[in-house]
Formats: sequence, C-alpha cells, structure tokens
Amino acid sequence: MTLHKTAIPILGEEIVPRFDLTTEVIILTTAEFSDIQDKKIIVLPRSSPDELCHTLLVQEINTLICGAIEDEYYEFLKWKKIEVFDGVSGNWSHAFKRWQTQTLNSGDIFFTRMIEGRLI
Amino acid sequence: MHLFPEIHQLMRSPLDFAHILDEIPLGILVMDTNLRVVHLNRFFQALTGFSLDMARGIPCRNVLRSSACIINCPVLATHRKNRSISCTSDIINTDRQKLPVRITTAQIMDTQGHFTGYMETIEDLRSSASNDREKNVAYSFANIIGRSQKMETIFQTLPMLAQSDASILITGETGTGKDLVAEAIHQTSGRAGGPFIKINCGALPATLLESEIFGHMKGAFTGAVENKPGRFKLAHNGTIFLTEIGDLPLPLQVKLLTFLDDRIIYPLGATKGFNANVRIIAATHRDLKYMVSIGKFRKDLLFRLNVARVHLPPLRERGEDIRLLLDHFLNHYTKKQGKEINGFSEPALSVLLNYTYEGNIRELRNIMEYAVNVAQSTRIEADNLPAYLLDHEPIQRVSKIPATEAVPIPQSEQLPTFTAPQSAETEQTWSSVERQMIIDALKTSRGKKNKAAQILGMSRSTLWRKIKAYQIE
Repeated sequence: MTLHKTAIPILGEEIVPRFDLTTEVIILTTAEFSDIQDKKIIVLPRSSPDELCHTLLVQEINTLICGAIEDEYYEFLKWKKIEVFDGVSGNWSHAFKRWQTQTLNSGDIFFTRMIEGRLI
Repeated sequence: MHLFPEIHQLMRSPLDFAHILDEIPLGILVMDTNLRVVHLNRFFQALTGFSLDMARGIPCRNVLRSSACIINCPVLATHRKNRSISCTSDIINTDRQKLPVRITTAQIMDTQGHFTGYMETIEDLRSSASNDREKNVAYSFANIIGRSQKMETIFQTLPMLAQSDASILITGETGTGKDLVAEAIHQTSGRAGGPFIKINCGALPATLLESEIFGHMKGAFTGAVENKPGRFKLAHNGTIFLTEIGDLPLPLQVKLLTFLDDRIIYPLGATKGFNANVRIIAATHRDLKYMVSIGKFRKDLLFRLNVARVHLPPLRERGEDIRLLLDHFLNHYTKKQGKEINGFSEPALSVLLNYTYEGNIRELRNIMEYAVNVAQSTRIEADNLPAYLLDHEPIQRVSKIPATEAVPIPQSEQLPTFTAPQSAETEQTWSSVERQMIIDALKTSRGKKNKAAQILGMSRSTLWRKIKAYQIE
C-alpha cells in the first residue's frame, strides 16, 4: 500500500494566506485518496520559506496545499516532484476533503462569502 | 454579479462610484467592519490579480496577501488607534510575484458618523524599491548587468527609449533577459506609476487568449458568467508586455493591429469600446522576419511593433560579462544561502569561462545556484559544477566584439558566431580539468594515492588507471 503525504500550512483552522509566513504545517497521511491514517502538526521555530521547503522534503511530502507562494519556491517544489495546489484559501479541512475527492484546484476559495454579516 | 454603487448628493445626478475608483492610479480595497471585501478597483485587480467577483465577501488578508496582514494587520491598527495608518510591506499576487507596496488604511464613516468599514490604498513600490537597491551597482541598468560593448550600447539606448512612448520590440535568444529589459523600461518611464501587465502569448490556447487579452462581456459565450476587463484594460495608463509575440495566433494579430491603429479595445461581445492608454512592449526569441516570409506573422504588425528595437546579444557574444555575471550570481547566492564562498578555483573558473551557455544568463544563474548549494569549501571547485558542464567541449567565444548598434539589428543576421577552437594553452576540456584535479589531490596528500583517491571520491584502482592515462609522473 502506497502512503501519500499532504502538507497544509495553517493558521488556526484556515490555510495561512502566505507560504513564506508559515509557522505551522499540518501533515496528513493517507493511502492515496482514502481516509486519513496519520495526522501531525509541525510547529516551525520561525517563518522561513527555505526552511519550510527543507521540512517538506525531509518529510517526503507528495502534495502541498497552500496560499500565496512565490514562483521561486513553487517551481522548486514542483521540480522536487511535489504536487502544489497554491492560492487556496479558507478552512484547511474543506480543502483537504476536496483534494481527497480529486476536485481541488489551485486558487479555490473555501470561505462563506459575507458582507456586513449577510451571506451574498 | 455586477454592482453599480453610486454616490448621491455630491453632484446633481448620482455618480458611478466604481468608475471613480477605477480612474485612481492606486489599488483601492473597501471592506466592512469584519474585514470582508466589499469593493476593489481596477488598479487593485491589476496589482493582485483578484477581480471583484473573486474577492467579494472573503476576508481581506486572503485577497491582499500582504505580510503586514499576517504579522501586524494595519486595518486593525487603524481601528485601535482610531486614525489612518501607513506602512510598507509586500504582497504576493496571483502570478506568484512578490511586490513591494505601501499600504494606507482609513476608517469609513456613514453620514451619521457611524463607523461602517475600512478603506485601504495599495501603492506599487517596485520602481522606487528597485532603484534604491540597484543605485550602487556599477555596470548596470535597473537589474541588467554588463560591461561589454554591446551591453554598454544598450544601456545608453534604454533610458532614451524609456522616456519615449513608442512601441518596442525586444528580440534575443531565450534567457538573455528580455523580461528584465521590458520591466526596466517600464520602471524608468513616465508610466512607472501605472501597472505593468505581462501576457505570455504562447501560454494559452487562442480562444482563452483572446478573452484574457481583450476581455469579454457576460454572456458573450457559453461559460462567460461575468464581465472580464481583459489585460489591456487592466494596463490602462501603464505598460503591457506581450512576451512570445511570435506565438500570437493570426486572428489575434489582426485584433492587436486594430488596437495599435485606433487604441480602442473591444471586449468579446461588447458594443462599446474602451479607449486604453497603453504602451506596448513585445518580445520574442523567434525570427519575426522569417515568420513573415512563411506567412505565420503579419508584416504590418511587425512594422507597427518594430518602432524601436532592442536586440539582446547571447551571452557567448558578451565576452567579459561572463566573469561579471559569475561574480554577481556567486555573491547573490552566497548571501542568500548564508555561505562564505570567496571565489572560484582555477579549474572551475576555466570551465565556467569556456562554456557556451546556450541557455544564456538563465543557465549561468542556475549553474551558480547549483554550485553554491553543493560547495563545501570557501571556493567553488570544478567538481561543484553540474556534471554536464565538465563533459562539454568548449567553444571559443567572440572576445573582441566590434561595436554594433543595439537597435536595430535584423534577427535573421544574428546567427551564433563560432570561431576556431582556442589555443592549447587556454582550452579546457574535462580531461584537462580532471588531470589538474588529480595533481592537486596528489599534492594535498603528499603523493599518497590512497588519500588522493579518497579526496577525489574514486577508488584507488581508478586513480591508478587515470594517473597512467594522463601520464602523471
């Protein structure tokens, strides 16, 4: 059985809007797109995109779901064979569920749209 | 979703609020008290890549994506201090570019004086930031570095071209810095305060490209569920950079030609045109003259774009610039990776100076990034370089380049100039580099072959065989 590791830089329950300002990453291990077999959170000592890239490589991550990421890091991670869904915003568990059902796209927004407390 | 917010009682008839905001050359974001996006203007869209439809109703920090939003939200500071706040920060737009910006926030009050939301203005600081950083770099213009005669001529030409408003065609092989030149022209032109919008004509299929460049109206075709302004409209009062113009499909070439004639954009399905004040810079690595001759590029479009032309020479024709660029990127990556590397060993430098760099500066930069990553000592050694470099047979570059004009040079004449191999003294092949490395290792190990083999990372028998083959006494 091949295990698949997905990393999501988070800020509370949401995906952190900037990859380079991440201090917390959740790593979810699944057997391909099935149920979560392992879940762990890594807290980084400081936000550093270089160190975060290194952590992702050390952790042998297969997929990254993140917010805004600079092209330099995006291309580097793709070169290292990590599948990157960038520009994703909102609740991280919603984004992960969409990834599990293979319906996640870069740029997806998972916020409930509201203005002045009213749904729009 | 299309909104028509209005301003009442300012003038006799209600004013179109969105139109007023669109004419301001600053990114503007309007939020409610919960920091949800209510409205944004055209400049904001050009800067961040987020349209109103994408952003409306979601928390502003996921749209602006500024470091200030995460570290110390200026909007909340405005609320705490009850006054307008201004700070410098950076944003990452949907093109994955990090841009320096100045963010100014203010509270919005209703007619009764009740606090109803916030307004944020975003100023693009690219021009001033790059100018400050690059002021002290000799032999350069903006981010472009070089001291060869060909580059000197280009450096003299670029400021003049930047000050004019003419269309510019930039030609040159891949990796020669066409994008950098286009951005430098924009940043030093009178349009530096306006947007710089880049479109890769080769990156999208023709149907998508048309709506991307010229925009479309809601209902213009199946799936057009909203109005899209198009990149030309977003670049209003700024510069549009059409890279890989040689890949632009013929029907779109006609539409671009029409725009160049009357400067009016007609989005797909629109009956009313938009008068766009846009400067065009185009770039290609293709030979447009040849493409015209085989009917793949319109001659009249070539003439329209070719008002001024900048031809960027390949690195192999830039002689002494290679050393300058090697030092520049060594310095850049050493600083970036916090290493202490002072220079190159003789064999490494010899390989680097004699390589042909078919991928030009991009390739040189990648080689240096790799070498700095791999290097363990305070110098870049030959074995820190990518292996393919060492297998490469060097070709002599043109070291004495005759002074030629930067504009215009017919691209069809820009065939690579190769000359006879260098003299035996300077010619460096992998064999000669390897021989030198073995000698160095033997010197370090004081003739002990076991230790020398260890230094070189090869077995004792391989070293013995190579010593015999290279006739090292």
